Amino acid sequence: TMKGSVISVLVVLALVDRLAGGLEHRSYDYTKYHTMDEISAWMNQMERENPDVVSSMIYGQTYENRNITLLKIGFKSTTPKKAVWMDCGIHAREWIAPAFCQHFVKEILGSYKTDSKVNTLFKNLDFYITPVLNMDGYIYSWKEYTTRLWRKSRSPGTGNCTCVGTDLNRNFYANWGMVGISRDCCSDIYNGPTALSEPEAKAVTDFLGAHQNEMLCYLTIHSYGQLILVPYGHPNISAPNYDELMEVGLAAAKAITAVHGKSYKVGTPPDILYANSGSSRDFARLIGIPYSFTFELRDEGNYGFILPEDQIQPTCEEAYHGAMSIINYVHDKNFKSAAIKVTATLWTTLTALWISSAKVF
Amino acid sequence: MASTGDLEPTHYPARRAAQVALHYLNTHHGSPFRVFGLQQVHKASAEDVEAGGRKYKLDFSVTDWASGSAGPALRCSADVLFPRTERHSAPDVKLRCEALQQINRTAQEEEAFYQKHITPDSAVSARDIPDSYGNMSEEMQPFWRLARVAASFIMLRESSENTEFNMAQVASVTQQESSEEQLMLEFVVLLHDLPSQEIVQWKLLASWSPDRGVRVLQTEWQPRCPHATKPPN
Repeated sequence: TMKGSVISVLVVLALVDRLAGGLEHRSYDYTKYHTMDEISAWMNQMERENPDVVSSMIYGQTYENRNITLLKIGFKSTTPKKAVWMDCGIHAREWIAPAFCQHFVKEILGSYKTDSKVNTLFKNLDFYITPVLNMDGYIYSWKEYTTRLWRKSRSPGTGNCTCVGTDLNRNFYANWGMVGISRDCCSDIYNGPTALSEPEAKAVTDFLGAHQNEMLCYLTIHSYGQLILVPYGHPNISAPNYDELMEVGLAAAKAITAVHGKSYKVGTPPDILYANSGSSRDFARLIGIPYSFTFELRDEGNYGFILPEDQIQPTCEEAYHGAMSIINYVHDKNFKSAAIKVTATLWTTLTALWISSAKVF
Repeated sequence: MASTGDLEPTHYPARRAAQVALHYLNTHHGSPFRVFGLQQVHKASAEDVEAGGRKYKLDFSVTDWASGSAGPALRCSADVLFPRTERHSAPDVKLRCEALQQINRTAQEEEAFYQKHITPDSAVSARDIPDSYGNMSEEMQPFWRLARVAASFIMLRESSENTEFNMAQVASVTQQESSEEQLMLEFVVLLHDLPSQEIVQWKLLASWSPDRGVRVLQTEWQPRCPHATKPPN
Protein backbone atom coordinates (compact mmCIF):
# COMPACT_ATOMS: atom_id res chain seq x y z
CA THR A 1 0.00 0.00 0.00
CA MET A 2 1.02 3.61 -0.45
CA LYS A 3 1.02 4.23 3.29
CA GLY A 4 3.06 1.07 3.91
CA SER A 5 5.74 2.05 1.42
CA VAL A 6 5.90 5.62 2.81
CA ILE A 7 6.42 4.20 6.29
CA SER A 8 9.12 1.82 5.11
CA VAL A 9 10.88 4.64 3.26
CA LEU A 10 10.84 6.74 6.46
CA VAL A 11 12.19 3.83 8.47
CA VAL A 12 14.99 3.30 5.96
CA LEU A 13 15.84 7.01 5.97
CA ALA A 14 16.01 7.05 9.76
CA LEU A 15 18.31 4.04 9.76
CA VAL A 16 20.54 5.52 7.06
CA ASP A 17 20.81 8.73 9.04
CA ARG A 18 21.95 6.80 12.12
CA LEU A 19 24.41 4.75 10.12
CA ALA A 20 25.83 7.83 8.40
CA GLY A 21 26.78 9.15 11.85
CA GLY A 22 24.55 12.16 11.52
CA LEU A 23 25.90 14.66 13.96
CA GLU A 24 22.46 15.53 15.25
CA HIS A 25 21.74 12.10 16.71
CA ARG A 26 25.04 10.52 17.67
CA SER A 27 28.21 11.90 19.26
CA TYR A 28 31.19 12.92 17.15
CA ASP A 29 33.95 10.35 17.35
CA TYR A 30 36.99 12.18 18.75
CA THR A 31 39.05 8.98 18.59
CA LYS A 32 39.11 8.88 14.79
CA TYR A 33 40.77 11.08 12.18
CA HIS A 34 38.28 13.24 10.30
CA THR A 35 38.10 14.67 6.80
CA MET A 36 38.06 18.43 6.30
CA ASP A 37 34.35 18.27 5.47
CA GLU A 38 33.64 16.45 8.72
CA ILE A 39 35.69 18.96 10.69
CA SER A 40 33.91 21.91 9.06
CA ALA A 41 30.53 20.35 9.83
CA TRP A 42 31.68 19.74 13.40
CA MET A 43 32.73 23.38 13.75
CA ASN A 44 29.27 24.45 12.64
CA GLN A 45 27.75 22.08 15.14
CA MET A 46 29.88 23.43 18.00
CA GLU A 47 28.72 26.93 17.14
CA ARG A 48 25.06 25.92 16.82
CA GLU A 49 25.01 23.92 20.06
CA ASN A 50 26.88 26.50 22.14
CA PRO A 51 25.73 29.88 20.83
CA ASP A 52 26.40 31.73 24.07
CA VAL A 53 30.09 30.85 24.12
CA VAL A 54 31.08 29.91 20.55
CA SER A 55 31.26 31.99 17.41
CA SER A 56 33.22 31.39 14.24
CA MET A 57 35.36 33.82 12.31
CA ILE A 58 36.73 33.58 8.79
CA TYR A 59 40.09 35.31 8.75
CA GLY A 60 41.54 34.48 5.37
CA GLN A 61 41.52 32.23 2.32
CA THR A 62 43.82 29.37 1.44
CA TYR A 63 45.56 29.26 -1.93
CA GLU A 64 42.71 27.08 -3.23
CA ASN A 65 40.24 29.67 -1.92
CA ARG A 66 38.90 27.88 1.12
CA ASN A 67 37.77 29.94 4.09
CA ILE A 68 40.26 29.72 6.94
CA THR A 69 38.01 29.56 9.98
CA LEU A 70 38.55 29.71 13.70
CA LEU A 71 36.23 29.16 16.66
CA LYS A 72 36.16 31.98 19.18
CA ILE A 73 35.25 30.47 22.54
CA GLY A 74 34.54 32.26 25.81
CA PHE A 75 31.81 34.23 27.56
CA LYS A 76 30.68 37.03 25.30
CA SER A 77 31.74 40.49 26.30
CA THR A 78 31.14 44.01 25.03
CA THR A 79 34.69 45.02 25.91
CA PRO A 80 37.72 43.34 24.30
CA LYS A 81 39.08 40.43 26.31
CA LYS A 82 42.55 39.01 26.63
CA ALA A 83 43.00 35.95 24.45
CA VAL A 84 44.77 32.66 23.82
CA TRP A 85 45.49 31.46 20.28
CA MET A 86 45.77 27.85 19.19
CA ASP A 87 46.31 26.58 15.66
CA CYS A 88 46.56 22.99 14.48
CA GLY A 89 47.50 21.44 11.17
CA ILE A 90 49.93 23.96 9.74
CA HIS A 91 51.62 20.84 8.33
CA ALA A 92 49.24 18.63 6.41
CA ARG A 93 50.50 15.17 7.39
CA GLU A 94 50.42 15.84 11.15
CA TRP A 95 46.88 14.53 11.53
CA ILE A 96 47.09 14.18 15.31
CA ALA A 97 47.27 17.98 15.56
CA PRO A 98 43.78 18.79 14.19
CA ALA A 99 42.53 15.85 16.24
CA PHE A 100 43.92 17.61 19.31
CA CYS A 101 42.28 20.93 18.50
CA GLN A 102 38.93 19.17 18.26
CA HIS A 103 39.55 17.36 21.53
CA PHE A 104 40.54 20.62 23.23
CA VAL A 105 37.37 22.36 22.09
CA LYS A 106 35.26 19.42 23.22
CA GLU A 107 36.91 19.43 26.65
CA ILE A 108 36.48 23.12 27.40
CA LEU A 109 32.92 23.21 26.10
CA GLY A 110 32.10 20.16 28.17
CA SER A 111 33.56 21.53 31.40
CA TYR A 112 33.09 25.30 31.54
CA LYS A 113 29.75 25.03 33.31
CA THR A 114 30.99 22.69 36.03
CA ASP A 115 34.72 23.28 36.33
CA SER A 116 35.36 26.58 38.12
CA LYS A 117 38.84 26.95 36.62
CA VAL A 118 37.60 26.60 33.05
CA ASN A 119 34.66 28.83 33.91
CA THR A 120 37.06 31.54 35.04
CA LEU A 121 39.07 31.13 31.86
CA PHE A 122 35.89 31.61 29.84
CA LYS A 123 35.15 34.74 31.84
CA ASN A 124 38.53 36.39 31.50
CA LEU A 125 39.76 35.06 28.16
CA ASP A 126 38.70 34.25 24.65
CA PHE A 127 40.13 31.18 22.95
CA TYR A 128 40.80 31.55 19.23
CA ILE A 129 41.15 28.02 17.89
CA THR A 130 41.90 27.06 14.29
CA PRO A 131 41.41 23.28 13.96
CA VAL A 132 43.00 23.08 10.49
CA LEU A 133 45.12 25.95 9.25
CA ASN A 134 46.60 24.34 6.12
CA MET A 135 43.28 23.14 4.75
CA ASP A 136 44.51 22.65 1.18
CA GLY A 137 47.42 20.50 2.34
CA TYR A 138 45.25 18.55 4.76
CA ILE A 139 42.70 17.74 2.10
CA TYR A 140 45.50 16.74 -0.27
CA SER A 141 46.92 14.36 2.36
CA TRP A 142 43.55 12.59 2.41
CA LYS A 143 43.37 12.27 -1.36
CA GLU A 144 45.16 8.94 -1.79
CA TYR A 145 47.77 6.74 -0.11
CA THR A 146 50.61 8.36 -1.99
CA THR A 147 49.69 11.84 -0.73
CA ARG A 148 49.39 10.93 2.96
CA LEU A 149 52.82 12.36 3.81
CA TRP A 150 52.36 15.80 2.22
CA ARG A 151 53.58 18.65 4.44
CA LYS A 152 53.43 21.99 2.68
CA SER A 153 50.79 24.30 1.27
CA ARG A 154 49.43 23.68 -2.23
CA SER A 155 50.44 26.86 -3.96
CA PRO A 156 52.17 26.23 -7.29
CA GLY A 157 55.88 26.76 -7.78
CA THR A 158 56.95 30.14 -9.13
CA GLY A 159 59.44 30.85 -11.89
CA ASN A 160 60.74 27.65 -13.47
CA CYS A 161 59.83 25.57 -10.43
CA THR A 162 57.84 22.47 -11.24
CA CYS A 163 57.11 21.48 -7.65
CA VAL A 164 54.16 22.50 -5.52
CA GLY A 165 53.95 24.01 -2.09
CA THR A 166 55.70 26.11 0.53
CA ASP A 167 56.48 25.12 4.10
CA LEU A 168 54.07 27.41 5.94
CA ASN A 169 56.17 27.17 9.09
CA ARG A 170 59.14 28.73 7.33
CA ASN A 171 57.14 31.43 5.58
CA PHE A 172 56.51 33.86 8.47
CA TYR A 173 58.22 37.21 8.93
CA ALA A 174 60.57 35.95 11.63
CA ASN A 175 64.18 35.90 10.52
CA TRP A 176 62.77 34.64 7.25
CA GLY A 177 65.25 32.71 5.13
CA MET A 178 68.09 32.79 7.63
CA VAL A 179 68.50 29.20 8.77
CA GLY A 180 66.90 25.76 8.52
CA ILE A 181 65.28 26.43 5.17
CA SER A 182 65.83 25.44 1.55
CA ARG A 183 65.68 27.64 -1.53
CA ASP A 184 64.88 24.55 -3.59
CA CYS A 185 61.15 24.84 -4.17
CA CYS A 186 60.84 21.04 -4.27
CA SER A 187 62.13 20.80 -0.70
CA ASP A 188 59.82 20.12 2.20
CA ILE A 189 61.34 23.09 4.01
CA TYR A 190 61.09 25.51 1.08
CA ASN A 191 60.34 28.84 2.71
CA GLY A 192 58.50 30.36 -0.24
CA PRO A 193 59.52 32.87 -2.91
CA THR A 194 59.17 35.65 -0.33
CA ALA A 195 58.17 35.96 3.29
CA LEU A 196 54.40 35.75 3.70
CA SER A 197 53.93 34.63 0.10
CA GLU A 198 51.40 32.10 1.40
CA PRO A 199 47.87 33.37 2.12
CA GLU A 200 47.57 30.99 5.09
CA ALA A 201 50.61 32.53 6.78
CA LYS A 202 49.35 36.00 5.89
CA ALA A 203 45.96 35.27 7.44
CA VAL A 204 47.52 34.32 10.77
CA THR A 205 49.90 37.27 10.60
CA ASP A 206 47.09 39.73 9.96
CA PHE A 207 44.90 38.32 12.71
CA LEU A 208 47.66 38.29 15.32
CA GLY A 209 48.63 41.80 14.28
CA ALA A 210 45.06 43.04 14.69
CA HIS A 211 44.74 41.37 18.11
CA GLN A 212 48.28 41.98 19.29
CA ASN A 213 47.31 43.74 22.50
CA GLU A 214 44.84 41.08 23.58
CA MET A 215 46.90 37.99 22.74
CA LEU A 216 48.59 36.59 25.82
CA CYS A 217 49.55 33.17 24.56
CA TYR A 218 50.27 31.56 21.20
CA LEU A 219 50.15 27.77 20.89
CA THR A 220 50.81 25.95 17.64
CA ILE A 221 50.29 22.18 17.47
CA HIS A 222 52.42 19.79 15.39
CA SER A 223 53.75 16.25 15.37
CA TYR A 224 55.90 14.26 15.89
CA GLY A 225 58.68 14.22 18.48
CA GLN A 226 57.15 14.74 21.93
CA LEU A 227 58.64 18.19 22.34
CA ILE A 228 57.63 21.58 23.69
CA LEU A 229 59.55 24.20 21.74
CA VAL A 230 60.20 27.73 22.94
CA PRO A 231 61.38 30.64 20.79
CA TYR A 232 63.60 31.19 18.88
CA GLY A 233 64.52 28.85 16.05
CA HIS A 234 67.65 30.88 15.31
CA PRO A 235 70.66 29.76 17.40
CA ASN A 236 71.95 33.29 18.04
CA ILE A 237 68.72 34.91 19.19
CA SER A 238 67.25 34.54 22.66
CA ALA A 239 63.81 35.48 23.85
CA PRO A 240 64.03 37.99 26.72
CA ASN A 241 61.82 35.75 28.87
CA TYR A 242 63.60 32.51 27.91
CA ASP A 243 64.05 31.43 31.52
CA GLU A 244 60.38 31.88 32.26
CA LEU A 245 59.34 30.16 29.03
CA MET A 246 61.53 27.18 29.95
CA GLU A 247 60.02 27.08 33.44
CA VAL A 248 56.49 27.16 32.06
CA GLY A 249 57.37 24.61 29.38
CA LEU A 250 58.95 22.22 31.87
CA ALA A 251 55.88 22.47 34.10
CA ALA A 252 53.72 21.63 31.10
CA ALA A 253 55.93 18.64 30.25
CA LYS A 254 55.58 17.45 33.83
CA ALA A 255 51.80 17.76 33.57
CA ILE A 256 51.91 15.72 30.35
CA THR A 257 54.01 12.94 31.87
CA ALA A 258 51.62 12.66 34.82
CA VAL A 259 48.80 11.57 32.50
CA HIS A 260 50.24 8.54 30.66
CA GLY A 261 53.93 8.51 31.47
CA LYS A 262 55.11 9.95 28.16
CA SER A 263 58.14 12.18 28.36
CA TYR A 264 58.30 15.45 26.42
CA LYS A 265 61.52 17.42 26.07
CA VAL A 266 61.54 21.20 26.40
CA GLY A 267 63.87 23.66 24.73
CA THR A 268 64.58 25.86 21.74
CA PRO A 269 64.66 24.23 18.31
CA PRO A 270 68.43 24.79 17.89
CA ASP A 271 68.91 22.84 21.12
CA ILE A 272 66.49 19.95 20.90
CA LEU A 273 65.41 19.72 17.27
CA TYR A 274 67.15 21.76 14.56
CA ALA A 275 67.69 25.42 13.86
CA ASN A 276 65.02 27.05 11.74
CA SER A 277 63.52 30.40 10.86
CA GLY A 278 60.25 31.83 9.63
CA SER A 279 58.13 29.87 12.08
CA SER A 280 54.76 31.08 13.32
CA ARG A 281 55.86 30.61 16.93
CA ASP A 282 58.84 32.90 16.41
CA PHE A 283 56.66 35.49 14.68
CA ALA A 284 54.21 35.48 17.56
CA ARG A 285 56.99 36.04 20.08
CA LEU A 286 58.61 38.74 17.95
CA ILE A 287 55.46 40.84 17.82
CA GLY A 288 55.29 40.67 21.59
CA ILE A 289 53.03 37.76 22.48
CA PRO A 290 54.92 36.77 25.60
CA TYR A 291 54.06 33.06 25.83
CA SER A 292 54.59 31.29 22.55
CA PHE A 293 55.07 27.53 22.29
CA THR A 294 55.13 24.78 19.70
CA PHE A 295 53.81 21.39 20.75
CA GLU A 296 55.19 18.37 18.90
CA LEU A 297 52.85 15.56 19.90
CA ARG A 298 53.36 11.75 19.83
CA ASP A 299 55.26 9.74 19.01
CA GLU A 300 59.05 9.73 18.93
CA GLY A 301 59.47 8.03 15.56
CA ASN A 302 57.92 4.58 15.92
CA TYR A 303 54.88 5.49 13.80
CA GLY A 304 55.78 9.13 13.32
CA PHE A 305 53.19 11.05 11.35
CA ILE A 306 50.91 8.06 10.88
CA LEU A 307 49.96 7.74 14.54
CA PRO A 308 47.46 4.91 15.10
CA GLU A 309 43.92 5.99 15.92
CA ASP A 310 43.99 4.11 19.21
CA GLN A 311 46.58 6.65 20.36
CA ILE A 312 44.47 9.70 19.56
CA GLN A 313 42.65 9.70 22.90
CA PRO A 314 45.69 9.29 25.21
CA THR A 315 47.76 11.74 23.13
CA CYS A 316 45.03 14.36 23.30
CA GLU A 317 44.49 13.78 27.01
CA GLU A 318 48.11 14.38 27.90
CA ALA A 319 48.48 17.33 25.52
CA TYR A 320 45.35 18.89 27.02
CA HIS A 321 46.95 18.88 30.44
CA GLY A 322 50.13 20.34 28.99
CA ALA A 323 48.28 23.12 27.19
CA MET A 324 46.12 23.86 30.23
CA SER A 325 49.18 24.05 32.43
CA ILE A 326 50.47 26.86 30.23
CA ILE A 327 47.09 28.56 29.82
CA ASN A 328 46.39 28.54 33.57
CA TYR A 329 49.82 29.96 34.28
CA VAL A 330 49.28 32.74 31.75
CA HIS A 331 45.79 33.43 33.08
CA ASP A 332 46.83 33.51 36.73
CA LYS A 333 49.72 35.80 35.96
CA ASN A 334 47.36 38.28 34.33
CA PHE A 335 44.30 37.93 36.54
CA LYS A 336 45.63 36.93 39.97
CA SER A 337 45.76 40.54 41.12
CA ALA A 338 42.04 40.88 40.44
CA ALA A 339 41.38 37.87 42.66
CA ILE A 340 43.58 39.28 45.40
CA LYS A 341 41.79 42.62 45.22
CA VAL A 342 38.41 40.92 45.62
CA THR A 343 39.67 38.83 48.51
CA ALA A 344 41.21 41.87 50.24
CA THR A 345 37.97 43.80 49.94
CA LEU A 346 36.09 40.86 51.41
CA TRP A 347 38.41 40.63 54.42
CA THR A 348 38.21 44.35 55.03
CA THR A 349 34.42 44.15 55.03
CA LEU A 350 34.37 41.14 57.34
CA THR A 351 36.85 42.72 59.74
CA ALA A 352 34.82 45.91 59.84
CA LEU A 353 31.69 43.93 60.57
CA TRP A 354 33.42 41.99 63.35
CA ILE A 355 34.79 45.15 64.95
CA SER A 356 31.43 46.88 64.80
CA SER A 357 29.68 43.82 66.20
CA ALA A 358 32.34 43.54 68.96
CA LYS A 359 31.62 47.13 69.98
CA VAL A 360 28.14 46.10 70.96
CA PHE A 361 29.60 44.23 73.91
CA MET B 1 78.84 25.17 16.32
CA ALA B 2 79.89 21.64 17.20
CA SER B 3 80.92 21.38 20.82
CA THR B 4 83.60 19.05 22.08
CA GLY B 5 83.33 17.44 25.46
CA ASP B 6 80.19 16.67 27.35
CA LEU B 7 76.95 17.01 25.45
CA GLU B 8 73.51 17.78 26.79
CA PRO B 9 71.73 14.38 26.62
CA THR B 10 68.37 15.92 25.71
CA HIS B 11 69.79 17.98 22.86
CA TYR B 12 69.74 16.79 19.29
CA PRO B 13 73.43 16.04 18.62
CA ALA B 14 73.43 13.31 21.25
CA ARG B 15 70.03 12.05 20.16
CA ARG B 16 71.05 11.82 16.50
CA ALA B 17 74.18 9.86 17.39
CA ALA B 18 72.10 7.57 19.63
CA GLN B 19 69.66 7.01 16.80
CA VAL B 20 72.56 5.84 14.64
CA ALA B 21 73.54 3.39 17.37
CA LEU B 22 69.90 2.22 17.42
CA HIS B 23 69.97 1.57 13.67
CA TYR B 24 73.11 -0.49 14.21
CA LEU B 25 71.49 -2.39 17.09
CA ASN B 26 68.45 -3.21 14.98
CA THR B 27 70.52 -4.46 12.04
CA HIS B 28 72.15 -6.94 14.39
CA HIS B 29 69.35 -7.85 16.77
CA GLY B 30 66.10 -6.79 15.13
CA SER B 31 63.59 -9.40 14.01
CA PRO B 32 59.92 -9.71 13.03
CA PHE B 33 59.22 -9.65 16.75
CA ARG B 34 61.80 -7.21 17.97
CA VAL B 35 62.52 -3.61 17.04
CA PHE B 36 64.46 -1.36 19.41
CA GLY B 37 63.67 2.28 19.99
CA LEU B 38 65.56 4.93 21.91
CA GLN B 39 64.18 5.52 25.36
CA GLN B 40 66.63 8.02 26.78
CA VAL B 41 70.18 9.27 26.46
CA HIS B 42 71.83 9.35 29.88
CA LYS B 43 75.24 10.73 29.04
CA ALA B 44 76.99 11.83 25.90
CA SER B 45 80.25 13.38 24.81
CA ALA B 46 81.92 14.10 21.49
CA GLU B 47 85.41 14.80 20.25
CA ASP B 48 87.08 15.44 16.96
CA VAL B 49 89.41 12.62 15.97
CA GLU B 50 92.48 12.41 13.71
CA ALA B 51 91.71 11.80 10.02
CA GLY B 52 88.91 14.34 10.39
CA GLY B 53 85.94 12.66 11.95
CA ARG B 54 83.82 13.13 15.03
CA LYS B 55 83.37 10.46 17.65
CA TYR B 56 80.44 10.38 20.03
CA LYS B 57 80.48 8.37 23.23
CA LEU B 58 76.99 7.52 24.43
CA ASP B 59 75.29 5.99 27.43
CA PHE B 60 71.62 5.34 26.71
CA SER B 61 68.62 3.08 27.25
CA VAL B 62 66.50 1.32 24.66
CA THR B 63 63.16 -0.44 24.70
CA ASP B 64 61.67 -3.06 22.44
CA TRP B 65 58.72 -1.54 20.59
CA ALA B 66 57.26 -5.00 20.13
CA SER B 67 56.72 -5.42 23.86
CA GLY B 68 55.03 -2.05 24.19
CA SER B 69 55.14 -0.17 27.48
CA ALA B 70 55.41 -3.46 29.34
CA GLY B 71 58.95 -4.13 28.19
CA PRO B 72 62.05 -3.44 30.26
CA ALA B 73 64.65 -0.89 29.26
CA LEU B 74 68.08 -2.15 28.20
CA ARG B 75 71.15 -0.14 29.05
CA CYS B 76 73.63 0.37 26.21
CA SER B 77 76.84 2.22 25.52
CA ALA B 78 78.19 3.06 22.08
CA ASP B 79 80.94 4.83 20.21
CA VAL B 80 79.62 6.39 17.04
CA LEU B 81 82.17 7.76 14.59
CA PHE B 82 80.99 10.07 11.82
CA PRO B 83 83.74 10.26 9.22
CA ARG B 84 84.43 13.61 7.58
CA THR B 85 85.08 12.62 4.01
CA GLU B 86 84.46 14.37 0.68
CA ARG B 87 81.75 11.97 -0.28
CA HIS B 88 79.46 10.65 2.40
CA SER B 89 80.49 7.41 4.05
CA ALA B 90 78.61 5.43 6.63
CA PRO B 91 79.22 6.05 10.33
CA ASP B 92 81.10 3.45 12.31
CA VAL B 93 79.46 2.04 15.42
CA LYS B 94 80.79 0.04 18.35
CA LEU B 95 77.99 -1.04 20.63
CA ARG B 96 77.54 -2.87 23.90
CA CYS B 97 74.14 -3.59 25.44
CA GLU B 98 73.54 -5.40 28.69
CA ALA B 99 71.47 -8.55 28.82
CA LEU B 100 70.95 -8.67 25.04
CA GLN B 101 71.40 -12.41 25.00
CA GLN B 102 68.73 -12.85 27.64
CA ILE B 103 65.88 -11.62 25.49
CA ASN B 104 64.98 -14.77 23.66
CA ARG B 105 61.35 -14.86 24.58
CA THR B 106 60.48 -14.25 20.94
CA ALA B 107 62.11 -17.46 19.64
CA GLN B 108 58.80 -19.32 19.52
CA GLU B 109 56.95 -16.60 17.65
CA GLU B 110 59.82 -16.26 15.21
CA GLU B 111 59.85 -19.97 14.49
CA ALA B 112 56.08 -20.08 13.97
CA PHE B 113 56.21 -17.05 11.68
CA TYR B 114 59.10 -18.57 9.75
CA GLN B 115 57.40 -21.91 9.28
CA LYS B 116 54.19 -20.24 8.13
CA HIS B 117 55.85 -18.24 5.38
CA ILE B 118 58.80 -20.37 4.22
CA THR B 119 56.35 -22.73 2.50
CA PRO B 120 56.37 -22.44 -1.31
CA ASP B 121 52.74 -21.34 -1.50
CA SER B 122 53.23 -18.35 0.80
CA ALA B 123 53.08 -15.23 -1.34
CA VAL B 124 52.51 -12.27 0.95
CA SER B 125 51.83 -9.03 -0.80
CA ALA B 126 50.52 -5.84 0.77
CA ARG B 127 50.56 -2.06 0.45
CA ASP B 128 50.61 0.89 2.83
CA ILE B 129 51.51 -0.53 6.22
CA PRO B 130 50.20 1.04 8.34
CA ASP B 131 47.31 2.57 6.42
CA SER B 132 46.68 6.31 6.51
CA TYR B 133 44.98 6.00 9.92
CA GLY B 134 47.92 4.21 11.51
CA ASN B 135 46.14 0.88 11.56
CA MET B 136 47.70 -2.41 10.59
CA SER B 137 46.44 -5.95 11.00
CA GLU B 138 48.14 -8.23 13.48
CA GLU B 139 49.22 -10.37 10.55
CA MET B 140 51.12 -7.45 9.05
CA GLN B 141 52.96 -6.40 12.21
CA PRO B 142 55.92 -8.79 11.81
CA PHE B 143 56.31 -7.63 8.22
CA TRP B 144 56.30 -4.00 9.34
CA ARG B 145 59.00 -4.83 11.88
CA LEU B 146 61.05 -6.71 9.28
CA ALA B 147 60.80 -3.70 6.99
CA ARG B 148 61.87 -1.45 9.86
CA VAL B 149 64.88 -3.65 10.60
CA ALA B 150 65.84 -3.87 6.92
CA ALA B 151 65.37 -0.11 6.60
CA SER B 152 67.82 0.27 9.50
CA PHE B 153 70.60 -0.95 7.22
CA ILE B 154 69.83 1.95 4.88
CA MET B 155 69.25 4.49 7.64
CA LEU B 156 72.55 3.49 9.26
CA ARG B 157 74.42 3.82 6.00
CA GLU B 158 72.86 7.17 5.07
CA SER B 159 73.20 8.81 8.49
CA SER B 160 75.37 11.80 9.29
CA GLU B 161 75.40 14.37 12.07
CA ASN B 162 72.91 16.34 9.97
CA THR B 163 70.28 13.64 9.59
CA GLU B 164 67.82 11.90 11.89
CA PHE B 165 65.98 9.04 10.21
CA ASN B 166 62.83 7.16 11.09
CA MET B 167 60.68 4.92 8.93
CA ALA B 168 57.45 6.71 8.07
CA GLN B 169 55.61 3.89 6.34
CA VAL B 170 56.03 0.65 4.42
CA ALA B 171 54.75 1.44 0.94
CA SER B 172 54.74 -2.21 -0.10
CA VAL B 173 55.92 -5.70 0.77
CA THR B 174 56.12 -8.46 -1.81
CA GLN B 175 57.33 -11.89 -0.88
CA GLN B 176 59.81 -13.37 -3.32
CA GLU B 177 60.71 -17.00 -3.80
CA SER B 178 62.54 -18.31 -0.75
CA SER B 179 66.22 -18.93 -1.24
CA GLU B 180 68.66 -20.98 0.84
CA GLU B 181 65.94 -21.41 3.47
CA GLN B 182 65.63 -17.65 3.90
CA LEU B 183 62.40 -15.70 3.65
CA MET B 184 62.93 -13.28 0.79
CA LEU B 185 61.03 -10.03 0.90
CA GLU B 186 61.04 -7.04 -1.37
CA PHE B 187 60.10 -3.84 0.48
CA VAL B 188 59.50 -0.31 -0.61
CA VAL B 189 59.98 1.84 2.49
CA LEU B 190 59.41 5.54 3.09
CA LEU B 191 62.00 7.07 5.38
CA HIS B 192 61.60 10.42 7.10
CA ASP B 193 64.56 12.67 7.81
CA LEU B 194 63.79 15.16 10.57
CA PRO B 195 66.11 18.10 9.77
CA SER B 196 65.19 18.26 6.07
CA GLN B 197 61.67 16.94 6.67
CA GLU B 198 62.09 14.94 3.47
CA ILE B 199 60.42 11.63 2.74
CA VAL B 200 62.95 9.39 1.02
CA GLN B 201 61.86 6.26 -0.80
CA TRP B 202 63.96 3.10 -1.03
CA LYS B 203 63.29 -0.28 -2.59
CA LEU B 204 65.16 -3.13 -0.97
CA LEU B 205 65.50 -6.88 -1.03
CA ALA B 206 65.94 -8.51 2.38
CA SER B 207 66.29 -12.04 3.66
CA TRP B 208 65.41 -13.36 7.09
CA SER B 209 65.46 -16.56 9.07
CA PRO B 210 65.52 -17.13 12.82
CA ASP B 211 69.12 -18.37 12.56
CA ARG B 212 70.62 -15.81 10.22
CA GLY B 213 68.59 -12.75 11.17
CA VAL B 214 67.94 -9.95 8.70
CA ARG B 215 70.25 -9.37 5.74
CA VAL B 216 69.82 -6.73 3.08
CA LEU B 217 70.88 -7.87 -0.36
CA GLN B 218 69.93 -5.00 -2.62
CA THR B 219 68.91 -1.39 -2.13
CA GLU B 220 67.71 1.09 -4.71
CA TRP B 221 66.87 4.73 -4.10
CA GLN B 222 63.62 5.69 -5.79
CA PRO B 223 62.61 9.19 -6.84
CA ARG B 224 59.29 10.41 -5.45
CA CYS B 225 58.68 13.21 -7.90
CA PRO B 226 58.85 12.40 -11.62
CA HIS B 227 61.56 14.98 -12.28
CA ALA B 228 63.83 14.40 -9.27
CA THR B 229 67.04 12.64 -10.36
CA LYS B 230 69.58 12.99 -7.57
CA PRO B 231 69.80 10.61 -4.60
CA PRO B 232 70.13 12.37 -1.21
CA ASN B 233 73.88 11.95 -0.66
